[in-house]
Amino acid sequence: MQRSLTFNIFRHNPQDPASVPHMDTYRLDETDSMTLFIALHRLREEQDPSLKFDFCCRAGVCGSCAMVINGRPGLACHTKTRDLPDTITLLPLPVFKLVGDLAVDTGTWFRAMYQRTESWIHTRAEFDPAAQEARMENEVANAIYELDRCIECGCCVAACGTANLRPDFLAPAGFIRVARFAADPRDERTDADFYEIIGSDEGIFGCMGLLACEDVCPKHLPLQNQLGYLRRKMGLTVLKKLLPFGG
Amino acid sequence: MQIIHTDLLTIGAGLAGERCAIEVAGAGFSVVCLSLVPARRSHSVAAQGGMQAALGNAIMGDGDSPDVHFLDTVKGSDWGADQEVARMFVEAAPIEMRRLAHWGVPWNRVVAGTHTYWKGGKPFDATEKAENHGLIHSRAFGGTAKWRTCYASDGAGHAVLYTMDNRAAQLGVTVHDRSEAVSLIHDGETCHGAIVRCLRTGELRAYLARATLVASGGYGRIYRASTNAIICEGTGLSLALDTGVAKLGNMEAVQFHPTGTVPTDILVTEGCRGDGGTLLDRDEYRFMPDYEPDKAELASRDVVSRRMIEHMRTGKGVQSPYGEHLWLDIRHLGEHHIRTKLREVDEICQNFLGIDPLHQLIPVRPTQHYSMGGVRTDKTGAAYGLKGLFSAGESACWDLHGFNRLGGNSLAETVVAGGIVGRNIAEFLQGYDTAFSTAHVREAAARDEARIRRIVSGADGKESVYAVREAMYDILERAAYVFRNGKDLTWGVQALQEVHERAQHIGLASDGVGANAELALAIRMPGMVRLALCVCHGALMRTESRGSHTREDYPERNDRDWLNRTLASWRPGADLPHLEYEPATSYVELPPGDRGYGGGKIIPAAS
Repeated sequence: MQRSLTFNIFRHNPQDPASVPHMDTYRLDETDSMTLFIALHRLREEQDPSLKFDFCCRAGVCGSCAMVINGRPGLACHTKTRDLPDTITLLPLPVFKLVGDLAVDTGTWFRAMYQRTESWIHTRAEFDPAAQEARMENEVANAIYELDRCIECGCCVAACGTANLRPDFLAPAGFIRVARFAADPRDERTDADFYEIIGSDEGIFGCMGLLACEDVCPKHLPLQNQLGYLRRKMGLTVLKKLLPFGG
Repeated sequence: MQIIHTDLLTIGAGLAGERCAIEVAGAGFSVVCLSLVPARRSHSVAAQGGMQAALGNAIMGDGDSPDVHFLDTVKGSDWGADQEVARMFVEAAPIEMRRLAHWGVPWNRVVAGTHTYWKGGKPFDATEKAENHGLIHSRAFGGTAKWRTCYASDGAGHAVLYTMDNRAAQLGVTVHDRSEAVSLIHDGETCHGAIVRCLRTGELRAYLARATLVASGGYGRIYRASTNAIICEGTGLSLALDTGVAKLGNMEAVQFHPTGTVPTDILVTEGCRGDGGTLLDRDEYRFMPDYEPDKAELASRDVVSRRMIEHMRTGKGVQSPYGEHLWLDIRHLGEHHIRTKLREVDEICQNFLGIDPLHQLIPVRPTQHYSMGGVRTDKTGAAYGLKGLFSAGESACWDLHGFNRLGGNSLAETVVAGGIVGRNIAEFLQGYDTAFSTAHVREAAARDEARIRRIVSGADGKESVYAVREAMYDILERAAYVFRNGKDLTWGVQALQEVHERAQHIGLASDGVGANAELALAIRMPGMVRLALCVCHGALMRTESRGSHTREDYPERNDRDWLNRTLASWRPGADLPHLEYEPATSYVELPPGDRGYGGGKIIPAAS
């Protein structure tokens, strides 16, 4: 039995001085294998070409299409309408600056995060094009890859209580980035160096432990574990600083 | 209007663009990268397989060398590649993989000892050498004599792009995301940068650059069904074509994949068929053995795609709200195999189609996959026709791939070409001075602004941009898809000329204010139709079958008349591209021969 779906969609165009934030309602007949990617494009092409939203890979790997779907941040491209009730409410992610309707500016937020965490390998070694590559255990490579799978969709940031309260919070996406480099033997930074980045209330001590971040992560990253790990590691770093015989 | 000066402007911040940017920034020059999306969302991120490089560390790559890689590449191209470029590429690829490891890519590594691997759906044991333990490992990919594809779990593109963007951030490369170049600033001889539209606000900005790089990816999205990200609409190629002097190479060379899912066109791996998956029609009848009694579903990618189209033409396709398709059946492979060996396929089916491949059929159809054609450059990456314009990656016709690229070569090309072209750009910038004419900037900006205003106001008509795009899709699907023939191509060229005319009369249904997608597409649309015409017209003129270009009426590969590269340019006011030809390669290491798959007769070159 084909359903008729009702979409309640947040509308606001910051570039239009006359625009007032509001909700618009659309109707669409459901088809087999319909995802929000298909539904939103049909709405734009058939009903309202002014609708603003972001998609890119539409295959769950680029992180463009995160939005709040019936109250929960998630990727629109792999959300199937048949898993949702007849009425679907779509809102833009909070925390990020609104570009228009469901589109938000994640790019600026994440670039600031790269600078804060210095999201690159810190090494004094120079690359030698004539030399064989430095060896690495495959297990280590896999462990780094697991922490490097973040697609920067922003779901965890949007779901984070602290990030919603304080704009300078590094947020789970920032912590997992630090964890990725802390796990990489090629990066010469020490625990003390990482402490400088995350050892504050804007860093890991700002986390209220609500752990919604891991619930909403579309890549099922171990955000909770890594947070715990970093906290223990940073706790030890503080301890070492305080103790006269510490490291 | 804001004017931004930089040494290098890259149009596109995927792997090729950022790799070039890093090389140029590392040499001390200023770089700005433009990107339609945040850099890490570029289509490079979607490549899952890996990068080909003849490191020869893995036991299944034992004895590999750049020479073997060269042979695979040139054969794969059906002798369409520039062999000097292919040689440079295979020699540089291993070094580039090591460089990426140094920058932080978590490549999978060799683990000494005996492991179970899979080939052709069957497991076998092989023993990795102890002395190679911890070096970069490699996996199998179609069309290669050795296992030489470097990989990082199931996300090589992701791992490399994130590392590349980290490196770019470290070097202070500026990325202006949500920014789209709408025209190149040039005087007919020298390129001076681009007029760029902000996709947040709609404002125009001018970027004045001593060197400009097109690294905007492929043009897959001129087709309705493409595995490409939806941003791969060939915008950088359109800008180059619109200069009237730059040339596009081999635009008719477009690769298709037999099993894109319906409706979202996500690729499911050929491993499904390798492991015993079958193709069924509307009656759930297995049709491939009727066409290919020996190989059935295991025939080469091109052949399977062709047979699927052929069978659908007999009315045996499955009708759906998303168009016609066929079924891929893997149910009989069993739960264990599907949930482990084909986990990726299982996840695509469950997450994006909402079907369980253990109990249900997977809707598939041949889908556009890779664009071999692009901005024609010389081996240094410099574009034909305009000084100061360069191109690299899928947007370029360098020309590594000829008429068919090998899996794993395209992702490797982004970083290898990026490095080579980047070094050449740095060299070009050294001691190169140019004068920017404010008149050219003003004229270019005024022209773009006027065009945008007319689209928004509907001054030239009220054609719907979506209707125009549908018309283009329909024509390409009939005339310039997997199979091509003179009759359909002749019709296609004429029909596209009509659509091109309609594209001049697009008017918006919405207000066009701010981050408006209808306007962004309307600005791109005429250029997309011109690219479609380059594909269709080039395919009509090329009366042979080579690589992915398959003519039903000319089934032979014709080395006597067509061992060459198509060059398309668009003269001002024209309604068809101007075509000319150049030899496929001036440097010949491997004379034309049989590529060993795909079948077909060859008309030899006159000796």
